Amino acid sequence: MNEFLLSSTWFGFLLSVGTFFLARTVNRRCGKERINPLLFSTVVCGLEILLGGMEYEVYYQGAQYLDVLLTPATICLAIPLYRQFELLKKNIPAVAAGCVAGVAAHMAGCLLMLFLFSLESPEFITLLPKSITTAIGKGLSEELGGYPSITMATIMLTGIFGAVVAPPILRLFRVTDPLAQGLAIGTSAHAAGTSRAVELGEVQGAASSLAIVVTGLLTVVAAPILAALAG
Amino acid sequence: MKYLHQALILAAITFAAEIIKYLLPLPIPVSIYGLILLFLLLKTGVLPLEKIEDVGNLLLELMPLLLVPASVSFITALDTIQAMLLPVLIMGLVGTLLVMILTGRVAQAVIRRRKGDEEHE
Repeated sequence: MNEFLLSSTWFGFLLSVGTFFLARTVNRRCGKERINPLLFSTVVCGLEILLGGMEYEVYYQGAQYLDVLLTPATICLAIPLYRQFELLKKNIPAVAAGCVAGVAAHMAGCLLMLFLFSLESPEFITLLPKSITTAIGKGLSEELGGYPSITMATIMLTGIFGAVVAPPILRLFRVTDPLAQGLAIGTSAHAAGTSRAVELGEVQGAASSLAIVVTGLLTVVAAPILAALAG
Repeated sequence: MKYLHQALILAAITFAAEIIKYLLPLPIPVSIYGLILLFLLLKTGVLPLEKIEDVGNLLLELMPLLLVPASVSFITALDTIQAMLLPVLIMGLVGTLLVMILTGRVAQAVIRRRKGDEEHE
């Protein structure tokens, strides 16, 4: 039976979707979020692969159907962007200031790591694209000579962590304006965070989507300059 | 049938984004090309929102679920990541918090100043 489960294509799919909806149902019953569905599902599937003996390739055979839909779903972030366009247009200075501050802080953090850990140039480059959406980040890491698989892992860590902690952290630091909340989430935690911002509200989702694009472009421009300076 | 039609339009836009990426291979992912394309189609009125709204909202709602396989792929990098685990963890956790807080506070300060402090806590 175990052998059957470990070779079943549909098991990986069902495990991903089932654990996600289990967490969502628990949250709905409790009336507030107790378990982050993305984190819960990732941990269960990860444990099944690390400890349960399932091959990642077998898992992915089932899970790829979710992965394939991620591109059109990300494209659909244009919908809240379109609906909230007037509000965003009115707040261009806030969008620009927030994203520039976030990207600058991130780059400063990377430089700090460079000196603190005396990183090699490829290791430093690996960290540079960490706050941006996986596809841009991976490409950028490859192009500049970093380690793309570590960049990917760092980006995912950033995204999941950001998505989980965003609501309490924003509350704690009294970021109450929905637009500022969305910008904060999108700049720090890209699409994974944005999936959470969409749950917080329409304005948050739109601002977060815009922040992904702006932050991504700023990083694409800034990262090669930093990489050259550090190299 | 309505849903199938909407899904078809979104699939076509995704495909068009793939073509643009092929013709213009900048380090920008297909999804961002597509996001900009869909935004332009909506903004110019070429594609009315109703034509994709239901399936689009469904995909947005499901987005955290669609990210599960990508985040599970984290474990495939566990072997290679060990050499620089500490900087990765610091940047992934502390760095993310700092960027989030700073961006939020800066953006909020700009918004409030422009509103003339009318909504002060």
